[in-house]
Amino acid sequence: MDYSKMLNPRIAELKPSGIRRFFDIANEMDHVISLSIGEPDFTTPWHVRQEGIESLRRGKTWYSPNRGFAELRSQISNYFARRFDVEYDPDTEIVVTVGGSEAIDLCIRSLVAEGDEVLIPQPSFVCYEPMTIMAGGVPVIIRTRSENEFRLTAEELEAAITPKTKLLILPFPNNPTGAVMRREHLEAIAGVIEKHDIMVLSDEIYSELTYGKERHVSFASIKGMKERTVVVNGFSKAYAMTGWRLGYALGPEPVITQMTKLHQYAIMSAPTTSQYAAIEALKHGDSDIERMREEYDMRRRLIVDGFCRMGLQCFEPEGAFYVFPSIKASGLTSEDFCEKLIYAQKVAIVPGTAFGECGEGFARVSYSYSLNHIKEALRRIEIFLGEL
Amino acid sequence: MNKLLEVLEKNSDFSVTELAAMTGMAETEVREKINEYKEMGVIRGTKTLIDWDKLSDAGVRAIIELKVTPKPETGFDDIANIVMSYDNVESVYLAASNSYDLIALVRGSTIQEIAEFVARRLSTLDSVIGTATNFVLTTYKKGGEVFYNGEEQTEQRSMIL
Repeated sequence: MDYSKMLNPRIAELKPSGIRRFFDIANEMDHVISLSIGEPDFTTPWHVRQEGIESLRRGKTWYSPNRGFAELRSQISNYFARRFDVEYDPDTEIVVTVGGSEAIDLCIRSLVAEGDEVLIPQPSFVCYEPMTIMAGGVPVIIRTRSENEFRLTAEELEAAITPKTKLLILPFPNNPTGAVMRREHLEAIAGVIEKHDIMVLSDEIYSELTYGKERHVSFASIKGMKERTVVVNGFSKAYAMTGWRLGYALGPEPVITQMTKLHQYAIMSAPTTSQYAAIEALKHGDSDIERMREEYDMRRRLIVDGFCRMGLQCFEPEGAFYVFPSIKASGLTSEDFCEKLIYAQKVAIVPGTAFGECGEGFARVSYSYSLNHIKEALRRIEIFLGEL
Repeated sequence: MNKLLEVLEKNSDFSVTELAAMTGMAETEVREKINEYKEMGVIRGTKTLIDWDKLSDAGVRAIIELKVTPKPETGFDDIANIVMSYDNVESVYLAASNSYDLIALVRGSTIQEIAEFVARRLSTLDSVIGTATNFVLTTYKKGGEVFYNGEEQTEQRSMIL
């Protein structure tokens, strides 16, 4: 059978994630020290796991309401008000999803019509571009620059906007660069947004992991922006709950209503067990966040200092758990550098190009690993650089 | 919390430079603090964490519970001092429990050796009125490190961006 005639060309033509081949090499080798994984190394705090277990023990194994349990939405609403100073109505402005990824997909599909342009700053997480294409939209890549510490600037944004622009993706704190947008940077972006009729998808999944003096500022808290912003967040990064697959979106009622409709048909409802655990996380998890954040911060300092010492140029990342050093001085492409490093010293890091072509010349190094693990990886990278 | 001590407790191998980077302290400050902690007796030494279960000839360990009659003046200190003076006693703790007062972690080459040590050296002590010997079968966690969790060691996190 000729499947090429059967498959949807729009899907078939999507490029598979370029990083697969590299991960296959790493998986086949023994004794690889990896700094490549994009999820917390912590396990979910025990009291949160217990609530999940308890809900199972009591036989709470049914669907939840489509939007998610009312208590969870109300806790999310409280959390956003107390942490980021933005008020959302739990009944109409919040939908609980299967991870932040589903929320991103719902948001893009609810807003983007055939031919609409979606502005995507890169380097950034890999899903925005394919999801835009799947929705029939046209991805417009905005290249962020290392000299701006990979922040999106008002000028770059202004230059990319056309009459067809529908949506701006704002992925900060950023994977893979670790860049954060402080209040003044967000205000500059808001200044451009309010002159044009466009929406913003602010992916704030790393909002609890910022290390500068100023903690995360939600784009929705910037004056005038709440009405045109959908905020995506979730439990994966803040509470080390990746496997529970639980995220959420907050936004204006007309958008959340459409997103909920899509969610209802495609997913039905987010996992019930995870929702019970998440209620506990929001109620009693603040100190867990702080404990993990402090540990990440120590690792971040160790790794940035280590790279600087060995002459690997990198700006100080203030968010997420990644550093994004420049490997240009080696004269190698990102992929060659990472491939040589894994064969020579068995250290796995991710080529910057996995996050957009403009990631060329950089590599993503995750510090979601123990201090001992990082110390050993740094030692090996230093040997590798010395032998280049 | 004290970040410097927390890091050192996990791994004493970090250089002063690395410790300074991690804690945001100056290198001289790190050096001074470490010396200060040593002088104060807060830092008591550095040792290697060994999983003896990995060796076939590693011997045995037992947790000995001791029921003790405290002395009017010195309480449990005298008897604890005698127990801890034996070289094969690794740790001694005073516990708050109905069934026993002191706990001693004891090492020996065979079960018989430990049994004999308890019978001859500990049970016979003046104020010891009872002992219970618990042989250690598996070390699950030691010194903050998980040694064995009942699972095959496999890569737990998948390669996902």
